[in-house]
Amino acid sequence: MSAITTAIRQMETDVLVIGGGTAGPLAAIKAKEKAPGTRVLLLDKANVKRAGAIAEGMDSVNNAVIPGYATPEQYVKEITIANDGIVNQKAIMAYATRSYDMIRELDSWGVKFEKDETGAYAVKKVHHMGAYVLPMPEGHAIKKFIYKQIRRLGIAVSNRLIATRLLVAPDGRIAGTMALDSRSGEFVVIRAKAVILCTGSAGRLGLPASGYLFGTYENPCNAGDGYSMAYHAGAELSGLECFQINPLIKDYNGPACAYVTGPFGGFTVNAKGERFIKSDYWSGQMMLEFWRELESGNGPVFLKLDHLADETVTRIENILHVTERPTRGLFHEGRHTDYRSDLVEMHISEIGLCGGHSASGVWVDENARTTVPGLYAAGDLCNVAHNYMMGAMVFGMIAGQDAVDYAAGLDLPEFDAGQVEREHARVLAPLERAEGLDPTDVEYKLRRMVNDYLQPPKVTRKMEIGLDRFAEIREDLKRVKAGNPHELMRALEIHAIVDCAELAARASLFRTESRWGLYHYRSDFEERNDAEWFCFVEVRKGPDGKPEIFKRPVDPYIVPVGDDERDAYNQLRIETAAE
Amino acid sequence: MPKVNQPSVTIDHDKCIAAKGCRTCIDVCPTDILALDEEGKVHMAYDQCWYCLPCQHDCPTKAITVAIPYLLR
Ligand SMILES: Cc1cc2nc3c(=O)[nH]c(=O)nc-3n(C[C@H](O)[C@H](O)[C@H](O)COP(=O)(O)OP(=O)(O)OC[C@H]3O[C@@H](n4cnc5c(N)ncnc54)[C@H](O)[C@@H]3O)c2cc1C
Ligand code: SF4
Ligand code: SF4
Repeated sequence: MSAITTAIRQMETDVLVIGGGTAGPLAAIKAKEKAPGTRVLLLDKANVKRAGAIAEGMDSVNNAVIPGYATPEQYVKEITIANDGIVNQKAIMAYATRSYDMIRELDSWGVKFEKDETGAYAVKKVHHMGAYVLPMPEGHAIKKFIYKQIRRLGIAVSNRLIATRLLVAPDGRIAGTMALDSRSGEFVVIRAKAVILCTGSAGRLGLPASGYLFGTYENPCNAGDGYSMAYHAGAELSGLECFQINPLIKDYNGPACAYVTGPFGGFTVNAKGERFIKSDYWSGQMMLEFWRELESGNGPVFLKLDHLADETVTRIENILHVTERPTRGLFHEGRHTDYRSDLVEMHISEIGLCGGHSASGVWVDENARTTVPGLYAAGDLCNVAHNYMMGAMVFGMIAGQDAVDYAAGLDLPEFDAGQVEREHARVLAPLERAEGLDPTDVEYKLRRMVNDYLQPPKVTRKMEIGLDRFAEIREDLKRVKAGNPHELMRALEIHAIVDCAELAARASLFRTESRWGLYHYRSDFEERNDAEWFCFVEVRKGPDGKPEIFKRPVDPYIVPVGDDERDAYNQLRIETAAE
Repeated sequence: MPKVNQPSVTIDHDKCIAAKGCRTCIDVCPTDILALDEEGKVHMAYDQCWYCLPCQHDCPTKAITVAIPYLLR
C-alpha cells in the first residue's frame, strides 16, 4: 500500500452536516444559532462557498407562500393535487408555515427578491391553481449572503470531503460518517452525535441526450451518494419510482425557464406555434403532455418569446443569461438562437431522483427525522414533494434545530471498528489496483443502461433486464481502477449511481399502476389504481442485505381535498391543440 | 496531472497570477477539474465541466474562458 492510502484522519463533532449546498448551510446556521455551544461541522465534496444548486443564484423562489397571495392550506392542497395525492401533508405544511419567515430572513441577510412599488413581494402565478412564484431577477448572490452567515457564526467547514458511508452504532443510532479527501486521498472517520444529510438529488442517474456525463440538469456533484448512504445505514427511502424528468433547453439541458418568461408573456408551443398545455408549472402530468407532444407529429416543443417587445426580451436575457445557469446566452449564441426572432427548442431531461422537483427520496417526518435515530435529511434528498430551494432551506433549518436537541446530553455513540475497516478497504481498492476498468467507461455504460431500461414509458420486461445489467455492472465495479484521488471520487460515485438505479427499478416494478404523469408511466399498467396504490412505496435494506419493498399508508390529510379538485392536474392539455 | 485535449475551459496564462499564489478557480470549481500542471500552470485536468461559471466569475484577472463542452454545443 502506498503512503497516501494508509493515512486515516479522525475528526469529531456534535452535529455533522453533510452537503454544503442549499439545505446544509441552513441546517448548520440554525443549529449553531440555537445552541452556540454545540460543535457543528459542515462538509462538502466541493467548496461550500460555491457548492450546490444555488452557486450562481436562482431565477425565482418556485414555492413562496406569502400572505395576501396564498395560505399554507392552499399551498398544501395544490402540492397534494399536483402529486396525485401521495404526499406527507404534515411535512409540506411544516414548510408552508415557515416559508414566508425564511424569505424575510434571507431578505434581511441581503438576498434580493422582486418587490412591487409598495415594497411588497411581487408574487406571480405559474402553478395551475394558485400564485407561488417569487422572481429573483438579482438573485445571483444568494450563496454569498448565506456564506457570510456561516462565517459570522464561525461554523467549522471542511471542503473536498466526500462522505461515503455513515457510521452506525450497535443500537442502530447514527454515529458519524466516513469520508474520502478527494485531494489528498486520506480516509477520514468523523464521529458525531447527529448527522444531517443534505447531499442533494441523484443527478447523474440517466445519461443526458448529449452523451456528456456532466451535462446534467442537476449539479453533477450530486451523484446520489446520500440515497446510497441512507439506505446502507438502514433508513427508509420513499417514492423512488416517482422520477424527476424536466422540460429543458435541448442539449444545453438547463431550464429555459418558463417560470421566468411566463410572467413576461412567454409560453410553451408545439411546432405549429400552438399552445398545448394550460400551465408551465413542472408536474408529472405536464411532462406527460410535453412528452406526448414531442413524440407526436406536432413536435418538437419550443419556448416562444419572439412575440415579445425588444425591451422585454432584454429584461429576460438579463435574468436568464446572468443567474442560475449563466451560460445559457453563450449556448444560444453558438446555435444562433435569438429570443427576438427564434423559438427555443426544448426537450426532456434524463431521469433523476429529486424530492425538490418531484416526490421521492429519504423518508422524513415533519421534523426532518429519517427512520434512523439521529439521522436527518433535508433538501432534494428527502421526500417532501416539490420542495425546491426554499423548502431545502426550511427543512435544513428544521433539521438543524431538531438535531441540537437530539444531540444535547448524548455522548458520542460507539461503533464497531469492523465498519471502518470494511469501508476503508472498499473506498481505497480502486487506487490499489495495478490495472482495471476506467471509471468513465463504467459510468457511461451504467447511465446508458439507465436510459435504455428505466426512462418512461416504463415496461416491466425492460426494467427486469435493466436489473440484470445493473447487477453485472456491480461486479464490474470490483475491477475499476483509479489513478489518483480525483478518479477515486468518481469511481465511488458510480457505486451510489448503481444503488439508485437498482432501487429505482425495484420501486418502479413494485407499483403496478401508472401515476404522476410521465414520472411513473407504465405502458403495461396504464391506469391509475387508487384502490391498491393510494400509498407510498418504500424501500429499506433488509436483514439479508437485500432491498425490502413495502407500502406505507398516506396519513389522513390535515388539509382536505375535494372530489371536484383532486384531478385538476390531470386536465392540463388544451383540448383544441389535441389531434 | 492528466490533461484534456481541446479543453472547453481555457486559461490565458499571460493574465493568470497562479505564480503569485492564486488558486481561486481551483478552489471554487465544484467538480474539481482545474489543477496546476508540472510547470505550475492552471489547466483543465478532467473533461467534467458543468459550464456553471464560478471559476470565471471569481478569477481576479479574468484569465478564464468557459466554453460550452463540444458534445452539447
Ligand atoms: C438548474 C437548476 C435550476 C433550479 N431553479 C430553481 C428555481 O428557480 N427556484 C427554486 O425554488 N428551485 C430551483 N431549483 C431547485 C433548487 O435549487 C434545489 O431544490 C435546492 O437548491 C436543493 O438544495 P440541496 O441542498 O438539496 O442540494 P444542493 O444545493 O445541490 O447541495 C447538495 C450538496 O451536497 C454536496 N454533496 C453531494 N454528495 C456529497 C457527498 N457524498 N459528500 C459531501 N458532499 C456531497 C454537493 O457538492 C452539493 O454542494 C433549481 C435546481 C437546478 C439544478
Ligand atoms: S464552469 Fe464550473 S465546472 Fe466548469 S471549470 Fe468552471 S467552475 Fe468548474
Ligand atoms: S483564478 Fe484566475 S488568476 Fe487565479 S489561478 Fe485561476 S486562472 Fe489564474
